[in-house]
Amino acid sequence: MSVARDIMTIAGVSVGAFFFLAGTVGLLRFPDTLTRLHALTKADNLGLGFVVLGLLPQSGSLRDGLKLISIWMLALLAGATVSQLIARMVRQSGTTR
Amino acid sequence: MNIATVFEIVLASVVLGLAIWTIAVAETYSATVGFVAYSLLVALIWVRLDAVDVALTEAAIGGGLGGVVLLGAAARLRDAEALTVEQASPIVRMSAAILSASITAALAFAILLLPDPAPTLAPTVVANAGATGMTNPVTNVLMAFRGMDTMLEKVVLLLAIVGVWSLASDRAWGGRPGPRHQADPNGVLAFLARLLPPAGIVVGVYILWTGADHPGGAFQGGAVLASMWLLVIMAGLADTPPVSSRWLRLILVAGPGLFLAIGLGGLWLGPAFLSYPAAFAKPLILGIEVAMILTIAATLGLLLAGAPERSSQ
Repeated sequence: MSVARDIMTIAGVSVGAFFFLAGTVGLLRFPDTLTRLHALTKADNLGLGFVVLGLLPQSGSLRDGLKLISIWMLALLAGATVSQLIARMVRQSGTTR
Repeated sequence: MNIATVFEIVLASVVLGLAIWTIAVAETYSATVGFVAYSLLVALIWVRLDAVDVALTEAAIGGGLGGVVLLGAAARLRDAEALTVEQASPIVRMSAAILSASITAALAFAILLLPDPAPTLAPTVVANAGATGMTNPVTNVLMAFRGMDTMLEKVVLLLAIVGVWSLASDRAWGGRPGPRHQADPNGVLAFLARLLPPAGIVVGVYILWTGADHPGGAFQGGAVLASMWLLVIMAGLADTPPVSSRWLRLILVAGPGLFLAIGLGGLWLGPAFLSYPAAFAKPLILGIEVAMILTIAATLGLLLAGAPERSSQ
Protein backbone atom coordinates (compact mmCIF):
# COMPACT_ATOMS: atom_id res chain seq x y z
CA MET A 1 0.00 0.00 0.00
CA SER A 2 2.78 2.36 1.03
CA VAL A 3 4.80 1.29 -2.04
CA ALA A 4 1.87 2.15 -4.32
CA ARG A 5 1.60 5.58 -2.71
CA ASP A 6 5.32 6.19 -3.12
CA ILE A 7 5.18 5.20 -6.80
CA MET A 8 2.31 7.64 -7.35
CA THR A 9 4.31 10.39 -5.62
CA ILE A 10 7.48 9.74 -7.62
CA ALA A 11 5.53 9.65 -10.87
CA GLY A 12 3.51 12.80 -10.12
CA VAL A 13 6.43 14.91 -8.90
CA SER A 14 8.62 13.75 -11.83
CA VAL A 15 5.98 14.73 -14.39
CA GLY A 16 5.57 18.06 -12.55
CA ALA A 17 9.32 18.67 -12.60
CA PHE A 18 9.34 17.89 -16.34
CA PHE A 19 6.70 20.57 -16.97
CA PHE A 20 8.65 23.10 -14.88
CA LEU A 21 11.78 22.28 -16.89
CA ALA A 22 9.92 22.55 -20.20
CA GLY A 23 8.29 25.80 -19.10
CA THR A 24 11.66 27.28 -18.10
CA VAL A 25 13.25 26.27 -21.41
CA GLY A 26 10.28 27.83 -23.22
CA LEU A 27 10.55 31.01 -21.16
CA LEU A 28 14.23 31.33 -22.13
CA ARG A 29 13.94 30.25 -25.78
CA PHE A 30 10.57 31.40 -27.15
CA PRO A 31 10.69 34.44 -29.44
CA ASP A 32 8.02 36.87 -28.12
CA THR A 33 6.12 37.78 -24.95
CA LEU A 34 2.90 35.89 -25.72
CA THR A 35 4.61 32.57 -26.40
CA ARG A 36 6.80 33.06 -23.33
CA LEU A 37 3.65 33.63 -21.26
CA HIS A 38 2.26 30.40 -22.69
CA ALA A 39 5.38 28.52 -21.57
CA LEU A 40 5.34 30.12 -18.12
CA THR A 41 1.69 29.32 -17.37
CA LYS A 42 2.18 25.71 -18.48
CA ALA A 43 4.89 25.39 -15.80
CA ASP A 44 2.63 26.89 -13.13
CA ASN A 45 -0.62 25.16 -14.04
CA LEU A 46 0.47 21.69 -15.09
CA GLY A 47 3.83 21.50 -13.27
CA LEU A 48 2.48 22.58 -9.89
CA GLY A 49 -0.70 20.54 -10.53
CA PHE A 50 1.25 17.31 -11.00
CA VAL A 51 3.51 18.08 -8.02
CA VAL A 52 0.40 18.56 -5.84
CA LEU A 53 -1.17 15.41 -7.29
CA GLY A 54 2.02 13.52 -6.47
CA LEU A 55 2.13 14.88 -2.90
CA LEU A 56 -1.54 14.11 -2.15
CA PRO A 57 -0.92 10.40 -1.30
CA GLN A 58 1.69 11.55 1.26
CA SER A 59 -0.59 14.01 3.07
CA GLY A 60 -1.47 12.67 6.49
CA SER A 61 -5.03 13.93 6.65
CA LEU A 62 -7.90 15.22 4.54
CA ARG A 63 -7.19 18.73 5.83
CA ASP A 64 -3.59 18.69 4.58
CA GLY A 65 -4.78 17.38 1.21
CA LEU A 66 -7.32 20.18 0.90
CA LYS A 67 -4.62 22.72 1.81
CA LEU A 68 -2.39 21.36 -0.99
CA ILE A 69 -5.24 21.54 -3.50
CA SER A 70 -6.14 25.11 -2.46
CA ILE A 71 -2.49 26.17 -2.92
CA TRP A 72 -2.71 24.87 -6.49
CA MET A 73 -6.05 26.62 -7.06
CA LEU A 74 -4.65 29.95 -5.78
CA ALA A 75 -1.57 29.59 -7.99
CA LEU A 76 -3.87 28.87 -10.97
CA LEU A 77 -5.92 31.98 -10.23
CA ALA A 78 -2.84 34.19 -9.80
CA GLY A 79 -1.14 32.80 -12.91
CA ALA A 80 -4.22 33.21 -15.10
CA THR A 81 -4.81 36.79 -13.90
CA VAL A 82 -1.21 37.94 -14.23
CA SER A 83 -0.77 36.46 -17.70
CA GLN A 84 -4.03 38.12 -18.84
CA LEU A 85 -2.79 41.47 -17.52
CA ILE A 86 0.64 41.13 -19.13
CA ALA A 87 -0.88 40.01 -22.45
CA ARG A 88 -3.25 43.01 -22.37
CA MET A 89 -0.33 45.38 -21.75
CA VAL A 90 1.55 43.82 -24.67
CA ARG A 91 -1.44 44.21 -27.01
CA GLN A 92 -2.01 47.83 -25.99
CA SER A 93 1.64 48.81 -26.34
CA GLY A 94 1.72 47.09 -29.74
CA THR A 95 5.22 45.68 -29.35
CA THR A 96 5.61 41.93 -29.12
CA ARG A 97 9.24 41.50 -28.35
CA MET B 1 26.52 13.62 0.83
CA ASN B 2 22.77 13.16 0.74
CA ILE B 3 20.26 14.89 -1.50
CA ALA B 4 19.28 17.49 1.13
CA THR B 5 22.90 18.71 1.39
CA VAL B 6 23.16 18.97 -2.40
CA PHE B 7 19.91 20.98 -2.44
CA GLU B 8 21.24 23.31 0.27
CA ILE B 9 24.53 23.91 -1.56
CA VAL B 10 22.67 24.66 -4.82
CA LEU B 11 20.27 26.99 -2.97
CA ALA B 12 23.13 28.88 -1.27
CA SER B 13 25.04 29.32 -4.55
CA VAL B 14 21.93 30.53 -6.39
CA VAL B 15 21.20 33.06 -3.60
CA LEU B 16 24.79 34.35 -3.66
CA GLY B 17 24.81 34.56 -7.46
CA LEU B 18 21.47 36.36 -7.51
CA ALA B 19 22.68 38.79 -4.81
CA ILE B 20 25.76 39.70 -6.87
CA TRP B 21 23.64 40.03 -10.03
CA THR B 22 21.17 42.32 -8.21
CA ILE B 23 24.03 44.64 -7.21
CA ALA B 24 25.81 44.51 -10.56
CA VAL B 25 22.86 44.92 -12.94
CA ALA B 26 22.53 48.43 -14.36
CA GLU B 27 18.75 48.89 -14.64
CA THR B 28 16.84 49.69 -11.44
CA TYR B 29 13.85 47.66 -12.62
CA SER B 30 15.93 44.51 -13.21
CA ALA B 31 17.61 44.94 -9.84
CA THR B 32 14.17 45.14 -8.19
CA VAL B 33 12.96 41.95 -9.85
CA GLY B 34 16.22 40.27 -8.84
CA PHE B 35 15.75 41.42 -5.24
CA VAL B 36 12.20 40.01 -5.06
CA ALA B 37 13.40 36.62 -6.35
CA TYR B 38 16.30 36.84 -3.87
CA SER B 39 13.87 37.40 -0.97
CA LEU B 40 11.80 34.36 -1.94
CA LEU B 41 14.92 32.17 -2.10
CA VAL B 42 16.08 33.53 1.29
CA ALA B 43 12.66 32.50 2.62
CA LEU B 44 13.44 28.96 1.39
CA ILE B 45 16.74 29.09 3.32
CA TRP B 46 14.82 30.04 6.49
CA VAL B 47 12.56 27.01 5.91
CA ARG B 48 15.65 24.78 5.63
CA LEU B 49 16.84 26.27 8.96
CA ASP B 50 13.44 25.32 10.53
CA ALA B 51 12.64 29.02 11.08
CA VAL B 52 9.24 28.95 9.40
CA ASP B 53 8.02 32.10 11.22
CA VAL B 54 10.91 34.09 9.77
CA ALA B 55 10.40 32.48 6.35
CA LEU B 56 6.75 33.61 6.29
CA THR B 57 7.73 37.18 7.21
CA GLU B 58 10.57 37.26 4.68
CA ALA B 59 8.30 36.06 1.87
CA ALA B 60 5.45 38.43 2.81
CA ILE B 61 7.51 41.56 3.57
CA GLY B 62 10.76 41.14 1.61
CA GLY B 63 9.32 39.41 -1.43
CA GLY B 64 5.77 40.74 -1.48
CA LEU B 65 5.13 44.17 0.01
CA GLY B 66 8.78 45.31 -0.10
CA GLY B 67 8.89 44.29 -3.75
CA VAL B 68 5.83 46.47 -4.49
CA VAL B 69 7.45 49.47 -2.74
CA LEU B 70 10.66 48.98 -4.75
CA LEU B 71 8.77 48.54 -8.04
CA GLY B 72 6.93 51.80 -7.38
CA ALA B 73 10.23 53.54 -6.60
CA ALA B 74 11.81 52.10 -9.78
CA ALA B 75 8.88 53.37 -11.85
CA ARG B 76 9.29 56.86 -10.36
CA LEU B 77 13.05 56.82 -10.93
CA ARG B 78 12.78 55.68 -14.56
CA ASP B 79 12.30 59.20 -15.93
CA ALA B 80 15.00 60.70 -13.71
CA GLU B 81 17.50 57.96 -14.57
CA ALA B 82 17.34 58.72 -18.29
CA LEU B 83 18.49 62.29 -17.57
CA THR B 84 21.35 61.58 -15.18
CA VAL B 85 24.34 60.14 -17.01
CA GLU B 86 27.01 61.23 -14.56
CA GLN B 87 28.93 58.48 -12.82
CA ALA B 88 30.68 58.62 -9.47
CA SER B 89 34.43 59.07 -9.75
CA PRO B 90 36.65 55.96 -9.66
CA ILE B 91 38.01 56.95 -6.22
CA VAL B 92 34.48 57.09 -4.73
CA ARG B 93 33.56 53.77 -6.32
CA MET B 94 36.78 52.15 -5.14
CA SER B 95 36.31 53.43 -1.56
CA ALA B 96 32.73 52.16 -1.52
CA ALA B 97 33.88 48.74 -2.72
CA ILE B 98 36.65 48.59 -0.08
CA LEU B 99 34.23 49.67 2.66
CA SER B 100 31.64 47.04 1.67
CA ALA B 101 34.27 44.31 1.36
CA SER B 102 35.76 45.09 4.77
CA ILE B 103 32.29 45.04 6.42
CA THR B 104 31.61 41.66 4.80
CA ALA B 105 35.00 40.38 5.96
CA ALA B 106 34.39 41.66 9.51
CA LEU B 107 30.98 39.95 9.62
CA ALA B 108 32.42 36.69 8.30
CA PHE B 109 35.22 36.89 10.87
CA ALA B 110 32.74 37.55 13.71
CA ILE B 111 30.64 34.54 12.67
CA LEU B 112 33.72 32.30 12.59
CA LEU B 113 34.69 33.51 16.10
CA LEU B 114 31.31 32.53 17.63
CA PRO B 115 31.61 29.89 20.36
CA ASP B 116 30.50 26.41 19.38
CA PRO B 117 27.90 25.47 20.58
CA ALA B 118 26.45 28.97 20.45
CA PRO B 119 24.99 30.35 23.70
CA THR B 120 21.23 29.89 23.52
CA LEU B 121 18.13 30.61 25.54
CA ALA B 122 16.04 28.21 23.44
CA PRO B 123 15.81 25.43 26.11
CA THR B 124 14.63 28.00 28.70
CA VAL B 125 12.00 29.28 26.27
CA VAL B 126 10.74 25.75 25.55
CA ALA B 127 10.73 24.88 29.29
CA ASN B 128 8.58 27.93 30.11
CA ALA B 129 6.17 27.54 27.18
CA GLY B 130 3.37 26.54 29.59
CA ALA B 131 3.45 29.97 31.28
CA THR B 132 1.34 31.55 28.52
CA GLY B 133 -0.75 28.59 27.37
CA MET B 134 0.77 28.81 23.88
CA THR B 135 3.18 26.29 22.41
CA ASN B 136 4.79 28.27 19.57
CA PRO B 137 8.10 29.41 21.13
CA VAL B 138 8.45 32.31 18.67
CA THR B 139 5.07 33.77 19.66
CA ASN B 140 5.98 33.27 23.34
CA VAL B 141 9.19 35.25 22.90
CA LEU B 142 7.57 37.98 20.80
CA MET B 143 4.46 38.49 22.90
CA ALA B 144 5.51 37.57 26.44
CA PHE B 145 9.22 37.04 27.19
CA ARG B 146 10.40 39.96 25.02
CA GLY B 147 7.05 41.74 24.68
CA MET B 148 8.72 45.13 25.17
CA ASP B 149 10.65 44.77 21.88
CA THR B 150 7.50 43.89 19.96
CA MET B 151 5.62 46.84 21.45
CA LEU B 152 8.37 49.29 20.48
CA GLU B 153 8.46 47.72 17.01
CA LYS B 154 4.79 48.65 16.56
CA VAL B 155 5.58 52.22 17.67
CA VAL B 156 8.28 52.28 14.97
CA LEU B 157 5.62 51.31 12.39
CA LEU B 158 3.53 54.24 13.60
CA LEU B 159 6.52 56.60 13.28
CA ALA B 160 7.18 55.26 9.76
CA ILE B 161 3.65 56.11 8.64
CA VAL B 162 3.99 59.60 10.17
CA GLY B 163 7.23 59.98 8.21
CA VAL B 164 5.56 58.99 4.92
CA TRP B 165 2.61 61.30 5.55
CA SER B 166 4.89 64.23 6.32
CA LEU B 167 6.08 64.11 2.70
CA ALA B 168 2.66 65.43 1.64
CA SER B 169 2.38 68.93 0.22
CA ASP B 170 0.44 71.43 2.35
CA ARG B 171 -2.45 71.44 -0.13
CA ALA B 172 -2.88 67.65 0.01
CA TRP B 173 -2.55 67.35 3.78
CA GLY B 174 -5.41 65.36 5.27
CA GLY B 175 -6.25 64.01 1.81
CA ARG B 176 -6.13 60.59 0.26
CA PRO B 177 -2.78 58.80 -0.33
CA GLY B 178 -1.65 57.77 -3.79
CA PRO B 179 -3.37 58.13 -7.16
CA ARG B 180 -6.97 57.00 -7.72
CA HIS B 181 -6.57 53.73 -9.56
CA GLN B 182 -8.75 53.20 -12.60
CA ALA B 183 -9.31 49.71 -13.98
CA ASP B 184 -11.88 48.13 -16.25
CA PRO B 185 -14.73 47.27 -13.83
CA ASN B 186 -15.45 44.13 -15.86
CA GLY B 187 -11.75 43.38 -16.38
CA VAL B 188 -9.66 40.55 -15.03
CA LEU B 189 -8.04 42.62 -12.25
CA ALA B 190 -11.42 43.71 -10.86
CA PHE B 191 -12.54 40.07 -11.07
CA LEU B 192 -9.51 38.94 -9.04
CA ALA B 193 -10.09 41.76 -6.54
CA ARG B 194 -13.62 40.44 -5.97
CA LEU B 195 -12.72 36.75 -5.90
CA LEU B 196 -9.50 36.68 -3.85
CA PRO B 197 -10.13 38.86 -0.74
CA PRO B 198 -12.66 36.48 0.93
CA ALA B 199 -10.08 33.67 0.72
CA GLY B 200 -7.24 36.05 1.63
CA ILE B 201 -9.02 37.37 4.72
CA VAL B 202 -9.66 33.82 5.94
CA VAL B 203 -5.98 32.96 5.37
CA GLY B 204 -4.83 36.14 7.20
CA VAL B 205 -7.03 35.46 10.23
CA TYR B 206 -6.00 31.78 10.20
CA ILE B 207 -2.29 32.75 10.25
CA LEU B 208 -2.96 34.97 13.28
CA TRP B 209 -4.97 32.30 15.09
CA THR B 210 -2.60 29.41 14.38
CA GLY B 211 0.36 31.56 15.52
CA ALA B 212 -0.34 30.49 19.13
CA ASP B 213 0.78 26.93 18.48
CA HIS B 214 2.27 26.85 14.96
CA PRO B 215 4.34 29.21 12.80
CA GLY B 216 2.38 32.38 12.10
CA GLY B 217 1.26 35.47 13.94
CA ALA B 218 -0.04 39.00 13.69
CA PHE B 219 2.70 40.34 11.39
CA GLN B 220 2.41 37.63 8.74
CA GLY B 221 -1.39 37.65 8.90
CA GLY B 222 -1.42 41.46 8.77
CA ALA B 223 0.76 41.40 5.64
CA VAL B 224 -1.77 39.10 3.92
CA LEU B 225 -4.67 41.36 4.94
CA ALA B 226 -2.75 44.44 3.72
CA SER B 227 -2.14 42.85 0.32
CA MET B 228 -5.86 42.06 -0.02
CA TRP B 229 -6.69 45.70 0.78
CA LEU B 230 -4.13 46.93 -1.75
CA LEU B 231 -5.51 44.59 -4.41
CA VAL B 232 -8.98 46.09 -3.97
CA ILE B 233 -7.49 49.62 -4.13
CA MET B 234 -5.39 48.87 -7.23
CA ALA B 235 -8.40 47.36 -9.02
CA GLY B 236 -10.21 50.66 -8.47
CA LEU B 237 -12.98 49.02 -6.41
CA ALA B 238 -12.24 51.16 -3.35
CA ASP B 239 -10.35 54.38 -2.69
CA THR B 240 -7.70 54.94 -0.06
CA PRO B 241 -9.17 56.59 3.05
CA PRO B 242 -8.23 60.24 3.74
CA VAL B 243 -5.44 60.37 6.32
CA SER B 244 -7.50 62.81 8.41
CA SER B 245 -10.11 60.08 8.92
CA ARG B 246 -10.71 59.46 12.62
CA TRP B 247 -11.40 55.72 12.41
CA LEU B 248 -8.26 55.21 10.37
CA ARG B 249 -6.10 56.93 12.98
CA LEU B 250 -7.84 54.92 15.71
CA ILE B 251 -6.89 51.66 13.94
CA LEU B 252 -3.31 52.87 13.47
CA VAL B 253 -2.81 53.42 17.23
CA ALA B 254 -5.01 50.46 18.36
CA GLY B 255 -2.20 47.87 18.41
CA PRO B 256 0.55 49.78 20.24
CA GLY B 257 -2.09 51.57 22.37
CA LEU B 258 -3.66 48.37 23.69
CA PHE B 259 -0.20 46.82 24.16
CA LEU B 260 0.89 49.85 26.21
CA ALA B 261 -2.35 49.88 28.24
CA ILE B 262 -2.06 46.19 29.14
CA GLY B 263 1.64 46.70 29.90
CA LEU B 264 0.83 49.56 32.28
CA GLY B 265 -1.93 47.39 33.79
CA GLY B 266 0.77 44.83 34.62
CA LEU B 267 2.78 47.55 36.34
CA TRP B 268 -0.23 48.78 38.29
CA LEU B 269 -1.89 45.48 39.29
CA GLY B 270 0.98 43.03 38.90
CA PRO B 271 4.71 42.84 39.56
CA ALA B 272 6.13 44.52 36.45
CA PHE B 273 5.50 46.32 33.15
CA LEU B 274 3.96 43.90 30.62
CA SER B 275 3.53 41.11 33.19
CA TYR B 276 0.42 39.11 32.37
CA PRO B 277 -1.52 37.39 35.17
CA ALA B 278 -1.01 33.67 34.50
CA ALA B 279 -4.74 32.86 34.27
CA PHE B 280 -5.40 35.55 31.64
CA ALA B 281 -2.12 35.41 29.71
CA LYS B 282 -3.51 33.81 26.56
CA PRO B 283 -6.71 35.91 26.28
CA LEU B 284 -4.72 39.11 26.89
CA ILE B 285 -2.11 38.18 24.27
CA LEU B 286 -4.84 37.24 21.79
CA GLY B 287 -6.54 40.59 22.39
CA ILE B 288 -3.30 42.46 21.74
CA GLU B 289 -2.69 40.39 18.60
CA VAL B 290 -6.18 41.09 17.22
CA ALA B 291 -5.64 44.84 17.70
CA MET B 292 -2.13 44.49 16.25
CA ILE B 293 -3.18 42.63 13.10
CA LEU B 294 -5.57 45.51 12.27
CA THR B 295 -2.85 48.08 12.96
CA ILE B 296 -0.25 46.17 10.94
CA ALA B 297 -2.59 45.62 7.98
CA ALA B 298 -3.59 49.32 7.91
CA THR B 299 0.01 50.53 8.39
CA LEU B 300 1.52 48.29 5.71
CA GLY B 301 -1.27 49.20 3.27
CA LEU B 302 -0.82 52.92 3.90
CA LEU B 303 3.00 52.70 3.71
CA LEU B 304 2.57 51.28 0.21
CA ALA B 305 -0.13 53.77 -0.75
CA GLY B 306 2.33 56.60 -0.05
CA ALA B 307 1.95 60.23 0.95
CA PRO B 308 -1.39 62.05 0.66
CA GLU B 309 -1.68 63.48 -2.87
CA ARG B 310 -5.32 64.47 -3.32
CA SER B 311 -7.75 66.48 -1.21
CA SER B 312 -10.31 64.26 0.48
CA GLN B 313 -13.29 65.41 -1.65
